[in-house]
Amino acid sequence: MSLLEFDDVSVTYRSGGADVPAVRGVSLTIEAGQSIGIAGESGCGKTTLTGTVLRLLPKSTKVTGRVLLDGEDVLTMSWGKVRAVRWAQAAVVFQGAMHALNPVQRVGDQIAEPITLHSPKTSEKAAQQRVGELLEQVGLPASRAASYPHQLSGGQKQRVMIAMALACSPKLLIADEPTTALDVMVQAQVLDLLAGLVRDLGLGMVFISHDLSVLASSCDRVAVMYAGEIVEERPAAALFDHPRHPYTAALAGAFPKVGDPRFRYSPAGLPGDPPFPGELPSGCPFHPRCAVAIDRCSSEVPPLQVVDDGRVACLRSGEHLELLGGGAA
Amino acid sequence: MTERTPVLEARNLQVTFTGRGSRGVARAVDGVQLALHRGEIVALVGESGCGKTTLARTLLGLERPSAGEVLVDGQPLSYSSRDLTAYRKRVQLVLQDPTGALNPRHSVYEAVAEGLRIHGSEVDEGVAVADALSRAGLRPPERFFLRYPHELSGGQRQRVVIAGALVLNPDVIVADEPVSSLDASVRGEILALLLRLREELGLSLLVVTHDLGLAWNIADRVAVMYLGRIVEEGPTEEILRSPRHPYTRALLSVVPEMEGMDEVVLTGEPPDSTRIPSGCRFHPRCPVVVSGEAERLGIVEACRGTALPVLEVSAGHHVACHLPPDSN
Ligand SMILES: Nc1ncnc2c1ncn2[C@@H]1O[C@H](COP(=O)(O)OP(=O)(O)OP(=O)(O)O)[C@@H](O)[C@H]1O
Ligand SMILES: Nc1ncnc2c1ncn2[C@@H]1O[C@H](COP(=O)(O)OP(=O)(O)OP(=O)(O)O)[C@@H](O)[C@H]1O
Ligand code: SF4
Ligand code: SF4
Ligand SMILES: [Mg+2]
Ligand SMILES: [Mg+2]
Repeated sequence: MSLLEFDDVSVTYRSGGADVPAVRGVSLTIEAGQSIGIAGESGCGKTTLTGTVLRLLPKSTKVTGRVLLDGEDVLTMSWGKVRAVRWAQAAVVFQGAMHALNPVQRVGDQIAEPITLHSPKTSEKAAQQRVGELLEQVGLPASRAASYPHQLSGGQKQRVMIAMALACSPKLLIADEPTTALDVMVQAQVLDLLAGLVRDLGLGMVFISHDLSVLASSCDRVAVMYAGEIVEERPAAALFDHPRHPYTAALAGAFPKVGDPRFRYSPAGLPGDPPFPGELPSGCPFHPRCAVAIDRCSSEVPPLQVVDDGRVACLRSGEHLELLGGGAA
Repeated sequence: MTERTPVLEARNLQVTFTGRGSRGVARAVDGVQLALHRGEIVALVGESGCGKTTLARTLLGLERPSAGEVLVDGQPLSYSSRDLTAYRKRVQLVLQDPTGALNPRHSVYEAVAEGLRIHGSEVDEGVAVADALSRAGLRPPERFFLRYPHELSGGQRQRVVIAGALVLNPDVIVADEPVSSLDASVRGEILALLLRLREELGLSLLVVTHDLGLAWNIADRVAVMYLGRIVEEGPTEEILRSPRHPYTRALLSVVPEMEGMDEVVLTGEPPDSTRIPSGCRFHPRCPVVVSGEAERLGIVEACRGTALPVLEVSAGHHVACHLPPDSN
C-alpha cells in the first residue's frame, strides 16, 4: 500500500458563478522514504492538487476521484477523522507561510501548538522539550524557541515552519514552494534539511516548486503539470536532463546554466501565456506554445502514456527526442 | 574600458541605520565603490540582508549616505528636490515586488502614465504609454490599457512596472530582483527585453539579484556583496567561472544547476550588519578558515584581525581576501 495515492483527481472551483477546472484527472503515487516534486508554471494547479490531501480547499469546490492516504480515501472521511490525520499523518508547509507566523507569539509556543492540540495531556515541560528537539532537527539552537518572528531571518523562519510541520511526526510532508523567497545559500540549507528528513526518518515528501532545477536536484521523481494535468512524470534527473515532453524541455531549457556559453547573453524563455482554466485550446492544451507541434496536435488530445521509466502525454513523445534538448543536453 | 566617466558611481559609500530597541547601528552599506558605464549591465549579487536594496536606493537618492558619495556623470549627486526630480527622470528604479509596486486601483494605462504626469512631460501621453507597453512586450498595448493589476499574470504585472520605467526614456535603470518571483518562462522573456534595450537605446542597467543565472544571462560585470561590502568584482566570465573569493565560490557551489562543484553550504550564524566581524568580515563563516586551510597557509591571523581595503573600481578582476592570488 502506498503512503499517498491520487487516483484520477479533478478539482473545480466555483468562482462568481463560473466553474474553474483547476486540476483535471491527476493520478500520482508517493511511497514512504520517497520524495516527489511537482513542477509547472504559476496557476497550473500544484497547490490545488495537494490541497485535496488535507481537505484544505473552499467548501464550494468540487473534488472527484480518490485521495488515498495509507489506503484510506480522505475525500470520504468524516471531519473528525480529517482533523486527526492533519499534522499527525500528513502535514503541510504552506506556500509563503513564513509570513503567516504570529508576530507577537514566541516561535517555540507556535511550534508547540499542534503538539498540545493533538495530545492535550502533554505536560508543558514535555512540550518544551519536544520543541527544542524539533528546532535542533531543523538546524536551529533550541534557545531560538524564545525568539519572536522578526528576530529571525527568512531562512530561519522557513525552518521554524518546517519544525512546526514535523511536530507530530507525520509520515507525509507536503512542502509548497518552501524555498522560493530564499537566497541560494539559505535555499541550499533548507533543501539539505528536507532531503535528510526523507533519508533519516523515512518520510514521504511532496515538494512543490516552479523551479525545475531545485526539484531535479532534491527529489527522486518529478511530475510536471500543465493546465491542470500531469504531462510528464519520470525520475528527476532523467526528466531534467532528457525531458520527453516539449513543455518540460522548455522549462528545463529556460534555466540558465551558469558557465555554459549557450546561455551567455541569451536568456531562454517560453513565449506565450498558459491558458486560463476553462478556456483550454482544442487538442493538446500546450499546442499553441509548442515548438514542435504538428497538425494533429490541434485536434487530438494526447493521453498520458506509460513509457519505460514513467509517463508522458505528447503525440510525438516516441519520435523527436533529439529535437528537444534538455537542461543539460 | 578605459578612463571614461561612468554614468553612475558609488565612491566609498556608507549607509547606516540606527536600530530600534537594543539593536545597535546597522552598517547596511559599509564602504562600497561601484561604477556603471553607459550601455553596461552590472549585476550586484549577494545573500539576503547584505545591503543590496539599500545600496540601490542610495544610488537613486532615496537614502542619504552617512559617508562617501554618489557621482552622476562624474558630478556629485545633488539632493535638492528639483535636482532629484530631474535625476529620477534619467535614472529609474524598478522595485523588487511588482504586486507591491502597483496600485490595485490604477489601470495599466494610469500606472504607466503616472511618471509622465509627475515629470510634466510634453509628449503625447497616449502614444508614449502605448509605445512603452509594447516595448515591454505587452502587445497590442491597447488591450492592456484598462486592465487592473489583479487581471494580469505575475509576469504581465512585472512588465507593467518595467513599462512605467521605460516611458521616461531613462539612461539608467536600477532593477531590484526584477524576475525572482517569476517562473522560468516569463523570466527569460523579461531578461531578453532588458538586453534588447541596451542594444537599441544604450541603456545602462544595474541589476540587484541573488540569482547567479541571471547574472550569467545578461551581465557584463558582476559585483559580489557580503555584509555591506563588495568582496569580489570583475567581468562576468571570470567571476562566475573562476571565482577567487571563498564566499563567491560557496555561492556558486550551491546553485542547483552547477555541476562538478562540491556543494559548500555555509554554517554559522547568518551575518548581522549591527555586528560586523573584525578582520575579514567573512572569516566566521569562511570555509578556508573553518577547514584549517587558512592556518596551513599562515593567513589565519590576518583573516581574523587585518581588515581588507575597499576594492578599487576599474576594469579587471578584484578580490578582497587575504588568500595569495595563486592559491587555487
Ligand atoms: N479559490 C479559488 N477560486 C477560484 N479559482 C482559484 C482559486 N484558487 C485557485 N484558483 C485558480 O486555480 C488555478 C490553479 O491554482 P493553484 O493555486 O493550484 O496554482 P499553482 O500551480 O499552485 O500556482 P502558483 O505557482 O502560482 O502557486 C489558477 O488558475 C487559480 O487562479
Ligand atoms: N530601515 C532600516 N532600518 C534598520 N535596518 C535596516 C533598514 N533597512 C535595511 N536594514 C538592514 O540593513 C541590512 C541590509 O538590508 P537590505 O534590504 O539592503 O538587504 P538586501 O541585500 O536587499 O536583502 P534581500 O535580498 O533580502 O532583499 C539588513 O541587515 C537590514 O536588516
Ligand atoms: S502533443 Fe503536439 S503540441 Fe502537444 S506537446 Fe506534443 S508535440 Fe507539442
Ligand atoms: S580573507 Fe581569509 S576569511 Fe576572508 S575570505 Fe579570504 S580566506 Fe576567508
Ligand atoms: Mg501554489
Ligand atoms: Mg532587497
